[in-house]
Amino acid sequence: MTTPRIQIDEVTKYFGDKLVLDRVSLSVNPHEVTCLIGASGSGKSTLLRCVNRLVEHDYGTIRLDGVPVDDPSFGKTGLQRRAGIVFQSYNLFPHMSVLDNITLAPRKVHGTPRAEAEDRGREVLARFAMDRFAQAYPEQLSGGQQQRVAIARALMTKPDVLLLDEITAALDPELVGEVLAIIRGLKDEGMTMMIVTHEMAFAREVADRVAFLDGGLILEDGPPEQIFGAPQEARTRAFLQRIISAGRL
Amino acid sequence: MSMDKARRGPPPPPPKRGFDWRAAALPSAISAISVLIVFGALGWAITSAEQWPRIKLQFFNLDAMVAAFPRVLQGFWINIQVWLTVLAAILLWSLVLAVIRALRAPWFAPFRLMVVLYIDIFRGVPVLLLVLLFGFGVPALNLPGLPNSGLFWGGVAMVLSYSAYVAEIYRSGIDAVHEGQRAAAKSLGLSEWQTMVHAILPQALRNVVPALMNIVVALQKDVALLSVIGVRDAVREAQIYTATTFNYSSLIVAAGLFLLATIPMARLADYLTRRDRARRLQITA
Repeated sequence: MTTPRIQIDEVTKYFGDKLVLDRVSLSVNPHEVTCLIGASGSGKSTLLRCVNRLVEHDYGTIRLDGVPVDDPSFGKTGLQRRAGIVFQSYNLFPHMSVLDNITLAPRKVHGTPRAEAEDRGREVLARFAMDRFAQAYPEQLSGGQQQRVAIARALMTKPDVLLLDEITAALDPELVGEVLAIIRGLKDEGMTMMIVTHEMAFAREVADRVAFLDGGLILEDGPPEQIFGAPQEARTRAFLQRIISAGRL
Repeated sequence: MSMDKARRGPPPPPPKRGFDWRAAALPSAISAISVLIVFGALGWAITSAEQWPRIKLQFFNLDAMVAAFPRVLQGFWINIQVWLTVLAAILLWSLVLAVIRALRAPWFAPFRLMVVLYIDIFRGVPVLLLVLLFGFGVPALNLPGLPNSGLFWGGVAMVLSYSAYVAEIYRSGIDAVHEGQRAAAKSLGLSEWQTMVHAILPQALRNVVPALMNIVVALQKDVALLSVIGVRDAVREAQIYTATTFNYSSLIVAAGLFLLATIPMARLADYLTRRDRARRLQITA
């Protein structure tokens, strides 16, 4: 039996007095894609951010390849190098060119010489058909293009895990497809991913596993056929019903 | 119908509208006349005052102005030098203060507290009082290895006082940078310091340029406060002239020089603010 790439054990998180994650357990095997679904405020983004320690959880353990994420062996930046994250609002640095955006971490954090970092940067950009925008500034790009740059930025350090936090939620509908196509490509290459999403059709297609969160609890998780086809929990059914009536599935 | 539309093509772009003199003439004339009436009445009221001829002789005496001009100009050159030096020191020192205040790491807590205290104190005491205290007090201490001139310590007082304000301006700029920028930097593995230097500060500085321009203009005038501790700036030179001739026209000369310097700065500030606004609107559009 292989060690799960990400193993989340009884993780609990409070924001002040508010319980946002209630003893959540979940594991993601290498090369697997797990989608987290659920209403706003159900804790799915927080759970994602606990994995790369953008948010520090209060109780429980999160392991990356068997090693707790707060283990000193990661050093100051080892975890960030191995777990990339992409945000809903891209969060590119507006005062830097596309190339500077994606080479910042390799140059400043991981000590890669500029020339080498830029070579790799151009390579990654080319993969996403963004190489001709290397010198452009984020605000000159469309939302879909910015999000492709953000994905490139997260991939620069060749992470083992990619965390995607509602990465299509801010995009115009006609731009969603180009971003989702990239995620499909990454799945085909065997990237391990945790994806918070409201795109149910996409989750159904791309996920190996789907976890439904409600009020800080994982109410139900299983293969997409089960969650979308035969949900066991009444609240899962109610949530999916709302999504269907909103025309999102 | 739509085929028909395509064949006909769109109408040509409308002709460029030049400035319409006829439409602008009446409103312009009305406002010009109102201005003339208001200032004419004001001027008439002043010049018809019983003491006006004497005031005119004492404050607006052309001969006295010409006579005082070289000395006042020489003093004004001191103002400009002090202004630029003090300004450079303020921009640097307040940046240090603002960055210390913005860093969140726990071991910075005592430094943060000191900065808060510093800002409370130096914003709470009038600049004039600080200039007097430093300008007269510190040279009397005869500190070894440090200059003893009132000019130096008066300048230090200005730096300490103004930095408290400018640090708060920087801080507002730092706070205005979206939280997502910090999250992105942190997720890339940047340390708090690297986040500040590479992600936050470049954006924060751009945010605060208009507000800083305002300070630059205010400082240019406040350098005149150093005249109270004997620095022979434009105001001091004008006063010396007044004291020897009992004619106040030299003060008007000094006022004119300050206006000549601050008005272009104010226009530059307006321009930068406008440009900044255009930039922001473009981003959100």
